[in-house]
Amino acid sequence: MTPLAVPPPRESRTGRSGPVWDVARVRADFPILQRSIRGHPLVYLDSAATAQKPRQVIEAVTRYYETGNANVHRGVHALSQEATTEYERVRHLAARFFNAADPSEIIYTAGTTASLNLVAQSYGGSVLQPGDEILVSEMEHHSNIIPWHLVAERTGAVIRSIPVMESGGLDLGELEQRLGTRTRIVAVTHASNVMGAINPINAIAAMAHEVGAVVVVDGAQSAPHLRVDLQAIDCDFFACSGHKLYGPTGIGLLYGKRALLEAMPPWQGGGGMIRGVQIDRSSYAAPPERFEAGTPPIAEVVGLGAALDYVSGWDWDALVGYEQELAAEATTALAGVPGLRILGEGADRVSVLSFTLEGVHPHDAGTVLDTLGIAVRAGHHCAQPLMRRFGVTATLRASFGAYSTAAELGSLVDGLRQVRKVFG
Amino acid sequence: MSELDELYQSVILDHNKSPRNFRKLAEASAHAEGRNPLCGDVYDVWVRLDGDLIQDVSFEGQGCAISKASASMMTQAIKGKTIAEARALFDRFHQVVTGTATEALPGKLEVFRGVSAFPIRVKCATLSWHAMKAALENRER
Repeated sequence: MTPLAVPPPRESRTGRSGPVWDVARVRADFPILQRSIRGHPLVYLDSAATAQKPRQVIEAVTRYYETGNANVHRGVHALSQEATTEYERVRHLAARFFNAADPSEIIYTAGTTASLNLVAQSYGGSVLQPGDEILVSEMEHHSNIIPWHLVAERTGAVIRSIPVMESGGLDLGELEQRLGTRTRIVAVTHASNVMGAINPINAIAAMAHEVGAVVVVDGAQSAPHLRVDLQAIDCDFFACSGHKLYGPTGIGLLYGKRALLEAMPPWQGGGGMIRGVQIDRSSYAAPPERFEAGTPPIAEVVGLGAALDYVSGWDWDALVGYEQELAAEATTALAGVPGLRILGEGADRVSVLSFTLEGVHPHDAGTVLDTLGIAVRAGHHCAQPLMRRFGVTATLRASFGAYSTAAELGSLVDGLRQVRKVFG
Repeated sequence: MSELDELYQSVILDHNKSPRNFRKLAEASAHAEGRNPLCGDVYDVWVRLDGDLIQDVSFEGQGCAISKASASMMTQAIKGKTIAEARALFDRFHQVVTGTATEALPGKLEVFRGVSAFPIRVKCATLSWHAMKAALENRER
């Protein structure tokens, strides 16, 4: 294996001369984009934190509460049956959208964080032995680091890192070196929430599987930007959030390969996850119910379903091409701002990027941009190891979604010149 | 004046660029660290007391322009004050940056009124003040 020069993943590139993305039509579906902030039209460049919601999602949640509200898997009455049907329809929809082999491989959670904690506690907690190794990439969000710390403390497992190169890519040569017979888990993000850098999950999975390790993928930032094909990328677990995919907060997904899920113990106990209960012991339902204790976030599942219906109607080749072009334009345009440095500039990325401005703290720059109606994220982005890797404490992050425009990128660049004017 | 101009007045930019009393204090009677885990800003504040009197005060650390200028001007404002006066000033400062007081702050501190239009930045403006207060409390224990 010579994984140093792994080609960019197939799902990340469609070329520039592809189908056309009708951004005006998409924008018309998002009511919040009509807002003005401090006297300026809203320029929302923080979709990596949470995406805005189309009218279709907002109306689906309202309609559910007004006409369909009931608990699932419980009642014999009509409303409960309707709610249960919709709840399971969305599971099928999600399985199809991400190309899972079977809907039972899709578990509803509260979000990416909950999904990763579930894998760490249930899978990690049952397989890890003292001295076993968990490889965690240096570009992970804290939610794909801390759950591993917690289970390592409990089991005596050891955390090792996968380094990030100056270009922003993972050092796959080092990964190969560090994979060994003690490696049980490789925790890696599909796309960095800071740099947008895309990791070649397929190649990583092939390397990990060779030593018998499983690959846990944080898909929070890839799901909204790439056409994710779970069977093609061949990861063992994949976590994502509804709210970054134009759906509601409070709902996420965990995908796990069927055989792994079947061998895993429950994460939380409660209603709906059992086969039978005696006072001193119980037996558990099969996946996915085994991992869905208690009344689930039903309205949020309905909203996620509306979001998946909505984005399934998109031409994803056109969207990916459009976003990649925006990201490329952003890289060029931002480079023209004096003193601006992009983190991991050489990375193959989704439309998310971070940068610093020499002599200006990101929070001050963020506040100046806010006075111009421009919403960006400033801070460490819950990725302190990556901040340390690049020798910064914080960055500004701009992220572009399906409704973002080149004009908004222009506003950002003008705004950053204004920042330069204020701070010299 | 626009909200932006009001927030980043020249006096704040000046203190950000050339912070006053920006050093470790020899023979300090009290010290505390102020840290904002959300943004990573961190300041050390040292105080030298003579009885109840704040003889000298200094700070070091890194953060945004608001937090650094506020720390710099805080050291100037409380030097020579009693502990009770310093605490009372912090209370008034806090009320002004949170927009709950209209009475003017003494001297140049009044420039921080602009922070009240940006609630998320209140923590930046008060970070070193909290550290100063903690230092005084540490010393009393």
